[in-house]
Order: sequence, then C-alpha cells, then structure tokens
Amino acid sequence: MPGSSVDVDGDGTHFEAVIVSSDFNGKTLLERHQLVYKVLGDAMKERIHALSLKTYTPEQWDKIR
Amino acid sequence: MEDVLKIIDSQVANNKVILFMKGTREMPQCGFSAKVVQILNSHGVQYETVDVLADPEIRQGIKEYSQWPTLPQLFVGGRFIGGCDICVELNESGELGPILKDAVRE
Repeated sequence: MPGSSVDVDGDGTHFEAVIVSSDFNGKTLLERHQLVYKVLGDAMKERIHALSLKTYTPEQWDKIR
Repeated sequence: MEDVLKIIDSQVANNKVILFMKGTREMPQCGFSAKVVQILNSHGVQYETVDVLADPEIRQGIKEYSQWPTLPQLFVGGRFIGGCDICVELNESGELGPILKDAVRE
C-alpha cells in the first residue's frame, strides 16, 4: 500500500499490524480490513494464522498519537 | 462448494445474529472467538453460533462466502459485520449495540 505507514509485530504466524494510510479515507472498518487482506493475498491463506489489525487515516492517527 | 455456500446463505438469512466461530459459545477454542462471544453476551441479545471446527467444508466455505480470510465472523441482519478486531472497535465506539438492537427488532 503506497504511502502507508505500517508497524507489524508477530511470531511468524500470529501478527499484529498498525497501519496508517490515506487509502482508508472515507472507508468503513470493514472496507479497510478488506483492503489490507486484498494486499496480503495468498499469504493470508497460507502463512498467516491470525492477524490483528488497527487501521487509521493520517488524520485519525494524528489525533490519537 | 456451491452447496456449502447455499447452506451458509440460509444460516445467515435465517438468524438475525449469527457468529461463525471456532468452538462453541460455552467452550470457544480460540481467543478471538471467545472475545466476540463475550461481547455478544454483554449485549444480552439472542444469537446463533456455528462451530466451524465441526465442519471443514463450512470452515472453508465461510471464507469464500464473505471474502474474508479469518475467523470468527459476525453477521447481523444478513450483513457481514467483520471479525474480532472490528467487533471490539465497534463495541468500544458504542456502534455495535444499536446495530444489534435494530436487527433484533426488525
């Protein structure tokens, strides 16, 4: 996802990711997660057992930071 | 696979609140599933659960059905709400309660 800031923590199969992207502007949580899953593609089916996601737009991120 | 998708579709259509999960609500087999059960219980709504571990075809089929790669998956009023993270966030923001109440009332 170009222009995104991604912070990932994990043990090889279980991951936690915090993603800040302007691609999330105007999207619901569901649409944001779907976008991330789409980018991950087959890795999600084969290598990743669990992925916990936090998705923010740059504006939202500025507020909570 | 088509038959499984039909079965899932009727389960989603016939239950106002339905959670596809690993294990049962009494004995969840995964922390993420347990978390969503806990949230649903806290709202006191009636809901159905499907244990995907009991049926490999459903387990695969549900991911196909919703185009969503992980479990658990919550459906309310025939609509896919999301997985554990989304349920937690919607619950914390206070949005989940009204979504559940509206669906149960209809």
